[in-house]
Amino acid sequence: MAAGQAFDEIRGQDGPDAIRPEFAALGAWLDRTPQADLERRLEAAEATFRQLGITFAVYGDADAAERIIPFDIVPRVFTASEWAGLSEGLVQRVDAINAFLDDIYGAREILRAGVLPEELILGNPQFRPEVVGTRPPHGIWAHICGIDCVRTGPDEFFVLEDNARTPSGVSYMLENREAMIRLCPELFRDFRVAAVDSYPDMLLETMRSVAPASAGAEPVCVVLTPGHFNSAYYEHSFLADSMGVELVEAADLVVDDDVVWMRTIGGRVRVDVIYRRIDDDYLDPLVFRPDSLLGVPGIMAAYRAGNVALINAPGNGIADDKAIYSYMPEIVRFYSGADAKLPNVQTFRCREPDALRYVLDHLDQLVVKLVDGSGGYGMLVGPTASSAEIEGFRAALMATPERYIAQPTLALSTVPTLTERGLAPRHVDFRPFVLSGRGGVKVVPGGLTRVALKEGSLVVNSSQGGGTKDSFVLMGDAPAQQQTLGAMTQRQG
Amino acid sequence: MRIAVDHRTRYRFTEPQVRLVQLLRLTPQDSIDQTVVNWHIGVDCDARLREAVDGFGNRTTMLYCEGPIDAIEITVHGEVLTAGDAGLVRGVIEPLPPALFLRVTDRTRASAAMRDFAQEIAPGEDRIARLHALNSALHARFACREERNDTGLSAEAAFRREHASPRDLAHLLVALARAEGVPARYVSGYHTREDGEGHAPHAWAEAHVDALGWLAFDPSRGLSSDEHYVRVAVALDAAGAAPVAGSRLGEGRECLDVDVQVAELGRQ
Repeated sequence: MAAGQAFDEIRGQDGPDAIRPEFAALGAWLDRTPQADLERRLEAAEATFRQLGITFAVYGDADAAERIIPFDIVPRVFTASEWAGLSEGLVQRVDAINAFLDDIYGAREILRAGVLPEELILGNPQFRPEVVGTRPPHGIWAHICGIDCVRTGPDEFFVLEDNARTPSGVSYMLENREAMIRLCPELFRDFRVAAVDSYPDMLLETMRSVAPASAGAEPVCVVLTPGHFNSAYYEHSFLADSMGVELVEAADLVVDDDVVWMRTIGGRVRVDVIYRRIDDDYLDPLVFRPDSLLGVPGIMAAYRAGNVALINAPGNGIADDKAIYSYMPEIVRFYSGADAKLPNVQTFRCREPDALRYVLDHLDQLVVKLVDGSGGYGMLVGPTASSAEIEGFRAALMATPERYIAQPTLALSTVPTLTERGLAPRHVDFRPFVLSGRGGVKVVPGGLTRVALKEGSLVVNSSQGGGTKDSFVLMGDAPAQQQTLGAMTQRQG
Repeated sequence: MRIAVDHRTRYRFTEPQVRLVQLLRLTPQDSIDQTVVNWHIGVDCDARLREAVDGFGNRTTMLYCEGPIDAIEITVHGEVLTAGDAGLVRGVIEPLPPALFLRVTDRTRASAAMRDFAQEIAPGEDRIARLHALNSALHARFACREERNDTGLSAEAAFRREHASPRDLAHLLVALARAEGVPARYVSGYHTREDGEGHAPHAWAEAHVDALGWLAFDPSRGLSSDEHYVRVAVALDAAGAAPVAGSRLGEGRECLDVDVQVAELGRQ
């Protein structure tokens, strides 16, 4: 659908100059702040990001080190009630993801019940037999989830993708907020914005809560990075720094007697909890890829012995796999006994005859994707496809329907964004961060908003010209919060 | 049958190593067809050993050793009582459902040439007969040649050669069975040879048939497994069932020397 028909999160559905009553203060701010002033603040924010080194690498790009993800100065805002609804759905979904992982690597009740086709799990390379029979400390698997959502109306959110392995982007949430407090302090007077700067404390608390029984009262936690050449290295060091824990590489850790130790100047220190930003494949050369130089030999033995907590748990990839996604509503129902509060984007599994019939009748309206494809390869976008392309897909679908899924094209919401020609609506998505510890599942009141900076574009990926925005979550009648920034304290509300 | 196993693995290093971490799959388990009478893993230096069970149900031993290490020798000695009836695998701990073993790995992919080869083999009356036919055909096609170290050869590459090791043949049978929709897995262990020769661990394959469960086939001999076999570890392919997976911290090269003696001590 064209951008003009989409729901604008700030302006509502009443045209380019309207404003939703809840956000009158933001409308007034946008009206009274000259464009040149907004541009000046934007440049200041980007200069800071460059200085901090929040860059990302695009493979094959010689200027990679210079690239920062573009930032937009106009925040996205959630009302307290919109946020409450979204959070409930996120908690339910992440609870289900944890229950699913515990089951699928344990009793496999969900397969016995016939909720999922067995081959979808057992034949999936993300289902790791090396993990079978192991339970992470306290039975928690997906400690940090980034659940990518899109929105089509005030309370209409859809999950696009679950990220239960090593979701990144939380440093942007924190740095974007710092920039906004510094550059647009008046917004924090106009709005009662929930603080996100407690995220590192929440993360550390989550990590400590899942320490194995062998840990002392002060469990030793570390962040394990593949190294400074990794595109998310800034985030690894940022998180270690803000939690006050060591940032380590594989060479800093040794496993001895099924226990993980960290080498320090003062000798060996026993490590209890590892937030590892290394994929399963590279985690332990003795168990996974033998050519991995990034991993720690023996770390899986320490994990299986229950002597260390790995965050997130190995084997989680089966929960956020593309082929599993379309079954998430059934998975949520199986483990929670209730319908999913947060729906998926409607997905037709062409392996099912009824779905296939519908898809073949509506090819001009649907997006058809290969289950095992990626990067837009093997994809049909019905509304913009030629009739020859549609007929080509019709033949492919009838030949091997099980390889395809189809989804309706969604009218993604927009948020006003600063462009060269003034404020204009741009499509956004959202990655909230959800933490699971012994104390339960918590949603950080904020997240990473990605915005497609090109007019009409739905592609928010940073590698393809997407940018980010701050995401305000308004507090209802909760007491005023303080947003701290270095030595400076900014009172909100 | 009472079978005695002596399995010696010796690594020598051209430079002293700082530390070694190894994952050993060198210990058989009790089942209906085998009873481990005694089994001992010894190391000729000051190493710490930790026993566990992996996701496939294999018994594992982690070995941790601090340097400087010029050489290390791992000695396995044990005795096992075996029975065995036409390759039936009975009373084994099975943490994974058979369908997992339909999964194709890089080492167990069936090439077009392999599929053509399989097509020319008589279809067989049923699945079991078909598996026997594949097993015999592989045995007939390749000269079996023992190799002490894992060369990492894939089934596709092994199929292009004239001779094959037990490991290659096991990969080939696993690949052909999976290509026909039969769950199949790689097995490592020991086998007593009639000629008394043989100085390496052995490898064969197991395939799952609904009516009977897992059945063991040895394409090196073109037969089913029997009381002459000691079953140690299973996995999707040789990498997952390797007797030793190791990692070392240190410069230089390593030199591996393996010797296996398997003796029949008589019937009980």
